[in-house]
Amino acid sequence: MAMTSATKIGLSIAVATGLYGVSFGALGVAAGLTVWQTCALSLLMFTGGSQFAFIGVIAGGGTGAAATGAAALLGVRNAVYGMQVSRMLRPHGSRKLVAAQVTIDESTATAAGQTEVGEQRRGFWSAGLGIFVLWNLFTALGAVLGDALGDPRRWGLDGAAVAAFLGLLWPRLSAREPVAIAVVCALVTVIAIPFVPPGIPILIAAFVAGVWGWFSRGPAREGLEADIDPASLDTRANAAAQERN
Amino acid sequence: MSLWTWILIASAIAYITKLSGYLVPARMLENPHMTRVAGTLTIGLLASLTAMNAFSEGQLLAFDARVGALVIAAIALAMRMSFLGVVILGAVAAAGIRAIGVG
Repeated sequence: MAMTSATKIGLSIAVATGLYGVSFGALGVAAGLTVWQTCALSLLMFTGGSQFAFIGVIAGGGTGAAATGAAALLGVRNAVYGMQVSRMLRPHGSRKLVAAQVTIDESTATAAGQTEVGEQRRGFWSAGLGIFVLWNLFTALGAVLGDALGDPRRWGLDGAAVAAFLGLLWPRLSAREPVAIAVVCALVTVIAIPFVPPGIPILIAAFVAGVWGWFSRGPAREGLEADIDPASLDTRANAAAQERN
Repeated sequence: MSLWTWILIASAIAYITKLSGYLVPARMLENPHMTRVAGTLTIGLLASLTAMNAFSEGQLLAFDARVGALVIAAIALAMRMSFLGVVILGAVAAAGIRAIGVG
């Protein structure tokens, strides 16, 4: 693959995103999963938000079913990304099956930040495959390290989980409305915790957020920002983004 | 069902969701309602997961070292620190607060 601007952005994103696989690996084990279970999530599920959601519910004492529900709902946005990538890259046959697995926030955003179709394709694949490789390597490293650490609370890993979720949420709080949605859903969760089994408050909050989105008017792209903005890594991409806006 | 089974089911759902974007006719997912719900759902779930991990102790509400981690993480994010830096700082905050016996 030629080292074009999109490839460089894709690989920078891959390094930045892949590295935080360490935190997922360590937190997965701290949540009570085995090293292999934690690695399986990165390999098979491969969508950071849903993976963190799954282990977050398990860590809070929720059932496998509640964890699966939270992970599934948090993955809904990937269907929208799949449609966008499908339209940009028009992959065929078995490529489609591989492209689907690496369709996540970062690979979609890297492709969408490019204007030329060849660059979109290089951006998508370099970010998607690069993140896949590094995310899995660093998950394994984090899981093994987490396993060796022992009591997760002593090392503040429960605090790290809180910071991780806030870190995933933060880039999406770009206007007043997403902040309002976040505050309402956080409040709904806290109010529900004493009354329903662990894990269920998250599904109640998801219902509130879904109803909010369905019945109110607002920008369609809200909440679909990448955790690490590819545009911030390249001035040319920045200029292109400004042109579009 | 065992946790392994749930991991496989949840992973299959995640993959089918991604693939549906490539297979379903564009006009079905292009529905502006659908795109918007995908966005608000993402925000709501991440906010809910943040709150649950900060304040829940099983079915009880708790106010401990994790709240310190939440505040420190918010400050770090406002100062544009990287994701990994924020996560590490969250761990340091919670462990530190516990070490001095407050949380």
